[in-house]
Amino acid sequence: MSARDDMSTPSIVHHAAPCGACVTHVRNLGVRFGRHVALEGVSFDLHCGEITAIVGPNGAGKTTLLRALLGEVPYTGERHFHGGGGSGRTTDIVIGYVPQRLVFDRAAPVTVADLFTLGLGRRPVFFGIGDERRAKAMAGLKEVDAEHLLERRLGELSGGEMQRVLVAFSLVPQPNLLLLDEPAQGLDAIGMAKFHDVVAQLRGRFDVAVALVSHDLEAVARVADKILFLDRTLVASGTPDAVLSNPAVRQRLGMIPG
Amino acid sequence: MNSLIDMLQQLVGMLPWEWAHYEFMQRALLAVLLAAPLFALVGTQVVWLRMAFFSDTLGHAALAGLALGVVAGLGKPLWAMIIWAVAMALMVTWVQRRSQEAADTVLGVFMAFSVALGIALLARNGRMKEFLNYLIGDVLSISAGGIAGMLLALIVVVALSFRWFNALALTGLNASLAGSRGVRVGAVQAGFAVIVAVVVTMVIPWVGLLLINAFLILPAATARLLARDTRQYVGLAIGLALVSGVGGLISSYYWGTATGATIVLWAVGFYSLALIYKPGRAAVAAATPGDSGG
Repeated sequence: MSARDDMSTPSIVHHAAPCGACVTHVRNLGVRFGRHVALEGVSFDLHCGEITAIVGPNGAGKTTLLRALLGEVPYTGERHFHGGGGSGRTTDIVIGYVPQRLVFDRAAPVTVADLFTLGLGRRPVFFGIGDERRAKAMAGLKEVDAEHLLERRLGELSGGEMQRVLVAFSLVPQPNLLLLDEPAQGLDAIGMAKFHDVVAQLRGRFDVAVALVSHDLEAVARVADKILFLDRTLVASGTPDAVLSNPAVRQRLGMIPG
Repeated sequence: MNSLIDMLQQLVGMLPWEWAHYEFMQRALLAVLLAAPLFALVGTQVVWLRMAFFSDTLGHAALAGLALGVVAGLGKPLWAMIIWAVAMALMVTWVQRRSQEAADTVLGVFMAFSVALGIALLARNGRMKEFLNYLIGDVLSISAGGIAGMLLALIVVVALSFRWFNALALTGLNASLAGSRGVRVGAVQAGFAVIVAVVVTMVIPWVGLLLINAFLILPAATARLLARDTRQYVGLAIGLALVSGVGGLISSYYWGTATGATIVLWAVGFYSLALIYKPGRAAVAAATPGDSGG
């Protein structure tokens, strides 16, 4: 720990609360690109077993926050993680990331089974997936009701199916924090319904905290336990009702003039 | 090693056909049998990662490496070409990561620089004609040492793929996703760029730098149209590369045509057949350039 380490030093801390459920703390997170300050003074908790939605207008810094949590951009301060049961042991945080989209053409020769294999071990996928990896993939897909998709090509999947597959993929191996990027984007009615199912199942898991990053407040307000409204800094946080009735939030949403 | 290659050459010589009795054809067959699976394996990832223009740039950039090797008075400029290609690969990767310019613009600049430098230096020494062979390839230039080098390259690349293939393929799907799972994306991309540089440059004397990229890309592109999953993709690419390579080599003997060009024509032929056989697949690929969305 450096000499500068005090309350204003940003950090990401993940530790076990006394009841056994884990939590990730973010304190005073700041990101700047050159002279431009993208985020400053962002502090919040992500509790395991809870669904937190991170919302805000365009340019609010949601993507930057996501990238900071993923460790893709430098952010000010130190970062330390504590994980595990009631002991408060220090371990590395394991992050599951569900991107908004995968860039590939729909004809690409890759199946869902291939995708899981790419993330599970070093033996090249072209040497054979193997029973063990196939079993792990099936187990993961079972959590999101998607076992029937195992042998389908990724390009054949609908938006909702792709999302479920990516959620299943990100849960293997088990992460402490699951980050979903714009999960409500581009889903049809069936896709949205399935998405609600998946989220409901995730809520019951007390071993993982779920954060949804979205510009669509309405869509995620329905599924989230807690909302963080971001606009370069944290404008409001709390239950969906509390945040939606916050004047600062309503102003930014254009609901009140000013 | 040389005795091993001699032995293999003699084995080829026992085949009943006329072409198999010439030493240069025996060596050429061995070279093709090694280069085809190597190029197919690397090629599947080049196509997967949308790096075809990158490999094309490296192929053309060899002209500068060649010229610099000649100017330095090297008898065998191949080492200069490889070193130049690796340096270029690393520089391009570095610039692409840090620059706001479109990736293909950066490549365009590097290609322009290398080709212009190569032509300027070679023409200045009045030796452009000599190096026509590096442009269109010369099957007679295949030596036992070249074959040994190719065998080593194949072994090294297969060994590396046991550690890095999955990480690389995942990076090609989504770099952030790969990063979130602990893949060191920058290192993997740079490492692969170096492999492409070395593998492509090694074969330029045989196939020629004008066509080297076609040799790399076509079997993978054809396999992509036909394959259902990744295992089929790689397997088909290797199979197609072998058939094009051997078929192209033997037919070039009987037709009296340049070997590298003939191999590529075979590969194009297979691609066309695949296109006719699976037009739906290609149409889908053309219609959705980069979106997995709903």
